[in-house]
Amino acid sequence: MVEIFGIPSQALFSQLLIGLINGSFYALLSLGLAVIFGMLNIINFTHGAQYMMGAFAAYLILTYSGLGYWSALIIAPIVVGIFGVIIERTMLQWLYKLDHLYGLLLTFGLALIIEGVARNYYGSAGLPYAMPDSLRGGQNLGFMFLPNYRAWVVVASLTICLGTWFVIERTRLGAYLRAATENPTLVRAFGINVPRMITLTYGFGVALAAFAGVMAAPIYNVSPQMGSDLIIVVFAVVVIGGMGSIMGAIVTGFGLGVIEGLTKVFFPEASNTVIFVIMAIVLLIRPAGLFGRTA
Amino acid sequence: MCGTASAQQITAKIGVLTDMSSLYADATGQGSVAAAKMAAADFMKDHPNVKVEVVNADHQNKADVGSQIANQWYDVDHVDVIADVPNSGVALAITQVAANKNKVFLGSGPASSDLTGPKCNMNNVQWTYDTWMLANGTGKAVVKTGGDTWFFLTSDYAFGHALERDTAAVVEANGGKVLGKVRHPINTNDFSSFLLQAQASKAKVIGLANAGGDTVNSIKQASEFGIVSGGQKLAGLLVFVADVNALGLQTAQGLVLTETFYWDLNDQTRAWTKRWHQERGDQKKWPTMNHAGVYASVMHYLKARVALGGNPDGKAVVAKMKEMPTDDPLFGKGTIRADGRKLHPAYLFEVKKPAESKYPGDFYTLRATIPAEEAFRPLKDGGCPMVSG
Repeated sequence: MVEIFGIPSQALFSQLLIGLINGSFYALLSLGLAVIFGMLNIINFTHGAQYMMGAFAAYLILTYSGLGYWSALIIAPIVVGIFGVIIERTMLQWLYKLDHLYGLLLTFGLALIIEGVARNYYGSAGLPYAMPDSLRGGQNLGFMFLPNYRAWVVVASLTICLGTWFVIERTRLGAYLRAATENPTLVRAFGINVPRMITLTYGFGVALAAFAGVMAAPIYNVSPQMGSDLIIVVFAVVVIGGMGSIMGAIVTGFGLGVIEGLTKVFFPEASNTVIFVIMAIVLLIRPAGLFGRTA
Repeated sequence: MCGTASAQQITAKIGVLTDMSSLYADATGQGSVAAAKMAAADFMKDHPNVKVEVVNADHQNKADVGSQIANQWYDVDHVDVIADVPNSGVALAITQVAANKNKVFLGSGPASSDLTGPKCNMNNVQWTYDTWMLANGTGKAVVKTGGDTWFFLTSDYAFGHALERDTAAVVEANGGKVLGKVRHPINTNDFSSFLLQAQASKAKVIGLANAGGDTVNSIKQASEFGIVSGGQKLAGLLVFVADVNALGLQTAQGLVLTETFYWDLNDQTRAWTKRWHQERGDQKKWPTMNHAGVYASVMHYLKARVALGGNPDGKAVVAKMKEMPTDDPLFGKGTIRADGRKLHPAYLFEVKKPAESKYPGDFYTLRATIPAEEAFRPLKDGGCPMVSG
């Protein structure tokens, strides 16, 4: 077998693919964060908790209504998105004119409350959520066994990411959104309801987190701390990509997933920290992040 | 002498230092606090002259946080004994604090066999289980049924290292071979990379030297990657009933594991579980061996305190605990050895198939009972300085 850097090529290819799969989650979550930061200037620390709510919603939908994974994939993001809209209307909208720090503190506090409530009712060991039957099993790729479900995760996540990028960067609606963040008064003068657009943007960002949560439910442990475990990494991804940059979030999400996967082969103990090392290096060289624009 | 001791007012303060919010919180956490409160209430009922207070805190799986709380409790808050302490890294730090301050440490949560080995001291009792016991229970059983080549998935801290070391020794002693290992950070979300490495090793058995949420995730994802259906076997070296509950029987069925307590073992354990459910106000959780360990160790501690006429001196109480035979409804009759190791039987269980489970919490089939004298490491092999001189 051919070896690359002392690692059999078979193992290396499989780790690259695994990295790409994990990167899908990073990309999807950091995309939501980037959209919210880019449009609302809010550092949404509740994002991890909203991701967890997505997974819990899938579990509750299955338990109480018997509806399976595919229904949950649509219903859970809508429900959690509506929850986001309520948060935006009742709390966040008062903070836009203040320093970023207020939004960060509020959303961080909300995350702690949501996690605390979930832990209080469901404990921390997690809840079982079965994989949909249609996605069980996998393909033998020769160099690895690829579970069908993971392949689906990559496809779904890429589609959503690119779709979101397209809407924001290439359509009229996206142009309005971007214009509204630059100069809300002017955009309002054209008869566009800016506050509603901002509210729906937040709701959409939150729905993206919930969507990722439903996708995670069959493979990761559905537990109250699943979001807080991931959120710090996802923030690092957003910072590396450039705060608010949609493309930056997507590319670094996938890229860092791959780097993390490779670290797990060469030096597994460092796999939790490698992303932060990269973040430090990137910030030293490009303080605005890889795709960020300096203000 | 005895007459004056029983009439004297005795106060004891018990600190349950545990994981309230992270991956071990269901195996210990609030359930351990409930168990300690039950022990306090039961003891006070029989001994009206004894007043027991239970406090608790979250060590967040950080040794520095744990030590800080222990110092505060022992020095300022008049806590006599710290119980539970899941996470061997934190426990190894706390046992030193207890020894330095001549207080008592009842390690019912930590697994590292070093606590009664090289790191043993006169203020420490390790109650429920340890890595040597787990290795010899599950490890030996798996090797004997043909699983002679192993690959370890190890949690990268004191507990994982000890469990991997003790299990590897058992595997090799029984004619097996360790083909490789990978050490993952504690509280890892995604195990796919590590599982692929384990798969590529072609080992017959993948030994999971991790615990709590890490074990749950490893088992869940192993099933996704077709590891078991591909012919490799998983050995969960430390699996709690809370983990089985979290996995669901569909995923966990067939797992072989070792525990020293199971709620459905006999009438006494069932009656205790019923009370524990009431104390917790939650019928959907099941007490783990750690919870049972907290109850039993606190009970025995209080008995020793009373026998000493209330003297809270750490070394004296632990010496008394070792001198008195233990007897409680959860672990039965037992003893505490000179190195601080509590001895009781261990049980090899197999997780039932969903169809075999008749009622909620009906998770295990008993495969074998390992008598107390075989379940734990022989005294001479531990390297405890108190014993070897």
